[in-house]
Amino acid sequence: MTSPKDDSSSTNPQAPQPVNQLANQPTSQNEWPLWEVFIRGQHGMSHRHFGSLHAANAEMAIKNARDVYTRRNEGVSIWVVQANDITASSPSDKGPLYEPAEDKVYRHPSFYKIPDDIGAM
Amino acid sequence: MYAQLIKADTSQREEDAARTQAFQRRIDAGEKIEPKDWMPEGYRRTLIRQIGQHAHSEIVGQLPEGNWISRAPTLERKTILLAKVQDEAGHGLYLYCAAETLGVSRDEMTEMLLDERMKYSSIFNYPTLTWADMGAVGWLVDGAAIMNQVPLQRTSYGPYARAMIRICKEESFHQRQGFDIMNQLAKGTPAQKTMAQNALDRFWYPALMMFGPPDSDSVHSEQNMAWKIKMNGNDELRQKFVDLTVPQAEYLGLTIPDETLQWNEEKGGYDFAGPDWGEFFDVIKGNGPCNKERLEARRKAWEDGAWVRDGLLAHAKKKARRAAQEAA
Repeated sequence: MTSPKDDSSSTNPQAPQPVNQLANQPTSQNEWPLWEVFIRGQHGMSHRHFGSLHAANAEMAIKNARDVYTRRNEGVSIWVVQANDITASSPSDKGPLYEPAEDKVYRHPSFYKIPDDIGAM
Repeated sequence: MYAQLIKADTSQREEDAARTQAFQRRIDAGEKIEPKDWMPEGYRRTLIRQIGQHAHSEIVGQLPEGNWISRAPTLERKTILLAKVQDEAGHGLYLYCAAETLGVSRDEMTEMLLDERMKYSSIFNYPTLTWADMGAVGWLVDGAAIMNQVPLQRTSYGPYARAMIRICKEESFHQRQGFDIMNQLAKGTPAQKTMAQNALDRFWYPALMMFGPPDSDSVHSEQNMAWKIKMNGNDELRQKFVDLTVPQAEYLGLTIPDETLQWNEEKGGYDFAGPDWGEFFDVIKGNGPCNKERLEARRKAWEDGAWVRDGLLAHAKKKARRAAQEAA
């Protein structure tokens, strides 16, 4: 059995440091990993981002998420994912990513004029 | 308030004036600032101090109430108080999460609290001597906190605003349970009513202090207002609190410990005596009745919990390493 000390000293210094793309810095190497929490509020709804928390592993993250985010029946299902595993678009990509959609008004039903005689469509 | 005396950090270096202006335009237009957006260094640092102080207040705020969990008068009151104190822990966690998105780690914030570089609200340095203080704390302290937190739901920093929305949803139960305790005591035996009155006497002025010094003495708030980190003046919120609370005290048949308290028809609000600001600054400096006890309790919790943090950190690192080896 390996002692905790051996574990931390054998961390490969060559390994790339994981970076939290949602915030401004890599999470501290001396803290439990950061997890993002997604909760399905009611049956039929999709999971929604609720916040984050620290936990040593996924099971603990789920248990903590239950205590931190669903003390009043706010959820019927919880997802947790390590913050470092999330790839996020960058605010500076806003233009290239979303502007192309702005001039495509014909993608919306309101672009088309349907004669009144036709009725509901 | 839970975050008192937050000075705007204007020590920012020569930052791109155009960027700063564009940033202010976004705030003026009501846009939320998100973690990865560009922000002036002063905005970031001021927010870390404010959100951090707010988070510390939630955590330290568990101590005066935790004090009464084992001595609550009934099982029902005990379960309610447990739920409330658990909520305070949750509120602290929402706020720490929000502060972390600004590039400060949870450990750094805790260390800054423990070595007194960061503060928590002055109110939690007062002792809770009787069960009636649980009523006064819920009614007055949480009541004052709500007054400040409701407008903060519209603050400019997205993660902070979202944390405040969750907190406000939960906070009104806190105030109501406090009022309920006061109501029951005020309608009880003469001894119980005296207990309620004494608790009101003890907490009235410390609650008024929570809003911070008078605006006339409060420099730096202009920048924080422009950044929408601070939404209202201290005096405005304090007045609102007094105007709402006085009729509630009348309903309870309790007397606000202020002989000068009088309805002012002209301004449509009460005239009232301010707290002793000398005492306020003294408590902030660390000389309140419980400052030492509170910090010692936090330090002990931090030190006693070190082996759990270290053990589970080792476990997390081992899992990460094994996952990396398997992937290789």
